[in-house]
Amino acid sequence: MSEKIIQMEKVNKWFGDFQVLKDIDLEVAPKQKIVVCGPSGSGKSTLIRCINRLEEHQKGKIVVDGIELTENTKDIEQIRAEVGMVFQQFNLFPHLSILDNCTLAPIWVKKIPKLKAEELAMKQLEQVKISDQAKKFPGQLSGGQQQRAALARALCMEPKIMLFDEPTSALDPEMIKEVLDAMVNLAKGGMTMIVVTHEMGFAKEVADEVIFMDEGMIVERAETKEFFANPKNDRTKLFLSQIL
Amino acid sequence: MIKNINFLRKPSREKFNLFFSIGIFLFSLGLIDVTLNSLFDVNITSFFPRVLNYFTPLIFGFLGLHYLRIEFSGNKMLDKLNTNINSNWFNSILTLLIIFVLIQNIPPLLNWLIIDANFVGTTKEDCTDSGACWIFIKIWFPRLMYGLYPNTELWRINTSFIMLITLVVALFYIPIKLKKYLIIFLIFVFPFIMFNLISGGNFGLEWIETTAWGGLSLTFIISIFALILCFPIGMFLALGRRSSAPVTRYSSIGFIEFWRGVPLITVLFMASVMFPMFLPDGVYMDKLFRVIIAITLFEAAYMAEVIRGGLQALPRGQYDAAKSLGMGYWRLHMLVILPQALKLVIPGIANTFLALVKDTPLILVVGLLELVGMIDMAKTNPDWLGFATEGYVFAGILFWIICYSMSRYSQRLEKKYKTDR
Repeated sequence: MSEKIIQMEKVNKWFGDFQVLKDIDLEVAPKQKIVVCGPSGSGKSTLIRCINRLEEHQKGKIVVDGIELTENTKDIEQIRAEVGMVFQQFNLFPHLSILDNCTLAPIWVKKIPKLKAEELAMKQLEQVKISDQAKKFPGQLSGGQQQRAALARALCMEPKIMLFDEPTSALDPEMIKEVLDAMVNLAKGGMTMIVVTHEMGFAKEVADEVIFMDEGMIVERAETKEFFANPKNDRTKLFLSQIL
Repeated sequence: MIKNINFLRKPSREKFNLFFSIGIFLFSLGLIDVTLNSLFDVNITSFFPRVLNYFTPLIFGFLGLHYLRIEFSGNKMLDKLNTNINSNWFNSILTLLIIFVLIQNIPPLLNWLIIDANFVGTTKEDCTDSGACWIFIKIWFPRLMYGLYPNTELWRINTSFIMLITLVVALFYIPIKLKKYLIIFLIFVFPFIMFNLISGGNFGLEWIETTAWGGLSLTFIISIFALILCFPIGMFLALGRRSSAPVTRYSSIGFIEFWRGVPLITVLFMASVMFPMFLPDGVYMDKLFRVIIAITLFEAAYMAEVIRGGLQALPRGQYDAAKSLGMGYWRLHMLVILPQALKLVIPGIANTFLALVKDTPLILVVGLLELVGMIDMAKTNPDWLGFATEGYVFAGILFWIICYSMSRYSQRLEKKYKTDR
């Protein structure tokens, strides 16, 4: 058990009367890459937002890297510093340059000296191939560049786990590839990743396992090849037939 | 040749010179008519019947502008005027009316303000011309600036304001690394230095009661202190009102709604008359202090709502992103949320600051005499009865200069912090 980096046991969550997550059990081992797919409103985003407690779960237990998520703010902040997240809408800080976006949290949360943080940030920006945009503001970049900058910003905290919440859904088609390429590179580097996405090509290339969610439940979880070759559940089959 | 032209037709480009000269002629005729009429009491169109006579300038001007309305005339100036102030008959009438009002009013105003005004002399009797009596302002000038502060000690006020201006100017020229410290010094240390210098009582300086302070310097003192204090208080109130902790939220709401609900005059009366009664015996708080605190709390409530507006305008994604990077409440707000929210509401903040500056004359009701209060006092002086207008015009001009500079500065800040696109 101890080698699991994320453990979720019987996690339940309600928005008002509506139950978004129903008895979710999920375990993720270090360096595992998991793709979560499913129709909209199935609770995929809520699931991964629970992992760094952007959403609170009401019942059940979530343990991330040995720390259980409770009301304790210190624990939550520590987990968030270890878990990076990339959002659908990029959510870069528009009042700061790309470089400052990347150094803000390392300087103020991890207390890394400014020069060192900038060095690290430039390295990460080079990894995602936008080091030449470092001095620009987010508003001056294209969507694909912004998303790569957001990825670099999350990586600057040197996280153990990366969460992706539909990272390519808000992008124009021609920009999707550049973001996916950056994510593939990251996966090759051995990062633990949980990716909510509709990009099945990416799933086939990178994921170890695929999870299919519907109506707040994990309907099917299988190794990638198995998942696409012979899905067991009818809903999974229907979903795959619609998007492939 | 003239016979071939239908004058009711739209003026055309082919006959540009003709239409242009007729238009200019009629338009100038209208202007001359108004000018002679209103400034020299000469009526060149008196041979018309009275009703028509009254409207002649408008009719001349209207016809003139009609003939000038040549589409694509090729003349850049004319085209620009036509599209902006003479695009159709309604706009041309508005244009004419505005020009006429200006012609009627500006010369008399200039006469009163400058040409016929009195500048030389020392007493009321020297004001012999029909215009404004600026001698009044000249003689009372030190009082209007410094109130009843003793003449021999004026250097203290001057020194502290020169220091303040020097420091603020220095702020723009020193390297960024030192800027932080200078700002901290300006906000947390300098007010006390300034206050000690002006009030005295130590370092061998004579103690001067705050009731003797007054004039424009008092306006500045109150404004500066209230501005510096009300900003952070408003910021915390705005955050408090959005807090998820019920005690914080409801006490912030209560505070804001209370101060927004009462008129400033009442607050000032309470501060000066009622408040001392609640203090235990032997505890004394200076009236000026009480007034500054009252104004600060009053404006802080407004500031809080302005800032809250900015906080609400930020998308939830900004909070998510900051949280996901491990930032706690204070770091999230200080580094990510507030810098953006404040930038958004610079116009609203400037608005509140201007209102604050213009609210200061109200302290008159509790017996503190800043600029307007001193003018009120000066105009009732037996030697200088009847010069209220000059005084209020003077105060108006000074306030306008102060407020306009603040407004310009806020516009500059807006431009400076505009980072989107």
